[in-house]
Amino acid sequence: MTVLVGPNTKVIVQGITGKEGSFHAQRMLEYGTKVVGGVTPGKGGATVAGLPVFDTVEEAVRATGANASVVFVPARFAPDAVYEAVDAGIKLVVVITEHIPIHDTLRFVNYAKARGVDVIGPNCPGIVAPLVRVKLGIMPNNIYQTPGRIGVISRSGTLTYEISYQLVRAGFGINTAIGVGGDPIVGTDLVEAALMMAKDPEIDAIVAIGEVGGDAEERLAKLYAEGAIGKPIVAYVAGRTAPPEKRMGHAGAIVMLGSGDARSKVEAFKAAGIPVAETPIEVPKLVAEALKRK
Amino acid sequence: MKLYEYEAKEILAKYGVKIPPGELATTPEQVRRIAERMGKPVVLKAQVTVAGRGKAGGIKVAKTPEEAEALARQMFGMAIKGLVVKKIYVTEYQEVEREMYLSLIIDRASRKYLFLASPIGGIDIEEIAKKSPEKIKRVYVDPFEGLKDFHVRSIVSWLGIKPGTPQWEQASAIVRAMYRAMVELDAELVESNPLAINAAGEVVPLDARIIVDDNALFRHPDLEKAFEEDPRDVTEFERYAQKIGFNYVELDGDVGIIGNGAGLTMSTMDLVYHFGGRPANFLDIGGGASRDVVREALKVLLSHPRARAIFINIFGGITRADEVAAGVEAALKEAGTANKRIVVRMKGTNEELGRQMLAKLGIPLYEDAETAAQKAIEFAKQ
Repeated sequence: MTVLVGPNTKVIVQGITGKEGSFHAQRMLEYGTKVVGGVTPGKGGATVAGLPVFDTVEEAVRATGANASVVFVPARFAPDAVYEAVDAGIKLVVVITEHIPIHDTLRFVNYAKARGVDVIGPNCPGIVAPLVRVKLGIMPNNIYQTPGRIGVISRSGTLTYEISYQLVRAGFGINTAIGVGGDPIVGTDLVEAALMMAKDPEIDAIVAIGEVGGDAEERLAKLYAEGAIGKPIVAYVAGRTAPPEKRMGHAGAIVMLGSGDARSKVEAFKAAGIPVAETPIEVPKLVAEALKRK
Repeated sequence: MKLYEYEAKEILAKYGVKIPPGELATTPEQVRRIAERMGKPVVLKAQVTVAGRGKAGGIKVAKTPEEAEALARQMFGMAIKGLVVKKIYVTEYQEVEREMYLSLIIDRASRKYLFLASPIGGIDIEEIAKKSPEKIKRVYVDPFEGLKDFHVRSIVSWLGIKPGTPQWEQASAIVRAMYRAMVELDAELVESNPLAINAAGEVVPLDARIIVDDNALFRHPDLEKAFEEDPRDVTEFERYAQKIGFNYVELDGDVGIIGNGAGLTMSTMDLVYHFGGRPANFLDIGGGASRDVVREALKVLLSHPRARAIFINIFGGITRADEVAAGVEAALKEAGTANKRIVVRMKGTNEELGRQMLAKLGIPLYEDAETAAQKAIEFAKQ
């Protein structure tokens, strides 16, 4: 079993005729993902990466039976693309796009959730499941070649690749990795992603990669302490040296109203009994120790 | 984008809130004239977009116009948390009976708007949360349904105000105006601290703070223009980097940092700190690292006044090491000489080729970030 995706995940790419959309449609296909088509309004009938392009998501779903979508549409039009996907019956929408206004995200995420649709992102690298060779996103394929029993959840893109690489180099395999996104409001946050992985019997341990801003790490620590996760978590938190009230690249990576600094997250994890790596390279060692203790 | 206090108050006034009389000044003489016109004691409030300016000497009371001018002379040009005071907001001094706290944010966990209200205020919300967490009331507002009357009643009565009084009406108007500002301006934060009851028994926002979502500025051309004219707490360096398309934040150490991706770049800063060094900055070049992007980023740090060594940490799945090396080479060529030592750590394709290219420039390429960080710290000390 994997989280959110599986062998029957059929994917369309919204914004497939754009530079990013077409490039990553190709990489997803190479990885093994069942990408069945793309959508760009006004470009219906074209072909990209050997895939049919449709004008609307509704047509794409009717023609291909797609049940998941990856959105590469520019920020101003991305919210519309999400609403369209939800109304067309798509069950999982992965929003790669960065710089979407937060009030827009607030609305489309609530809209999707109320209709039983899962959203990952925005401003995220997506989801990859080496176990079933499905990728909805932009993660580099070469890092995710080794299937295994570790789940990775993260608020950062490249840091996810870095830590996944360290895990694989140390001999671990990855079941599913989810980059939840760097925005303050995301469709699936660190806590929700951890709860999904908690239910998956084929995941032995979860690596949680946090960063400054918000309180998802603190909430996750609390749930873990209450016994809601039921398997080891190993954490890493980026931004211990981040100054307050400055946005550290990600819109969501900001210490505001005195909350969200890295120290509070590290302390919350430790108090809950979750080991916290000082550096990315330390993560595999802590995972090995945690599995031994289990 | 952070709005100044006077801008935030003007917005609340536009939405029907009575704000204390005040005027903006840019010279000590102007401050004096405003004080003369008001004919009452005044408060000089430094307009800087950081919290905690009172403690830093950015808020002063003057009894006479002469005193106001003298205080203004000290205040103009003063640096508060690194920001130079160029504007002073002169407001009528108000005797305060009671100070309260009210703010509106977007709550990440519930994915709703969230009011935080406290009958005690005037100190930071984190202090209130520490000292008397039971005083903070949370009122959640559904983004689709919007603000309801009961939300307003619940907030105002928590603030300790009685229904049927003029204060009740004034406070309710402030709650509604803050909500409107939040939604109509694409704000991330609307805060009044202190929200006060003055000696005349009126509820007034003595201070106001609004932060607008940078990603939504395209919907607010007037704010976009105001930001262009005065970028507030964004430094010249940060601004330059923004224009090229980097995320840049100034820090105070001596090891220059370049990374790709926000998380990895922060992790790189932390790594330098972990091994006993101090990062000079945060520079995130974003996703795919082409030679042009690397060149521009490196140029920024080569001219950085404090960075004595530069640590480039790139984790690329599809990034090519030779492309990064070419960017480094181009930056050095344009800068003339390499006046600081550079350390590159890089994972990607064509690593061997990249290593050879960098070796010719006398720059080591490392495969692991830990060793590279320690080397960069060592270079910064030399």
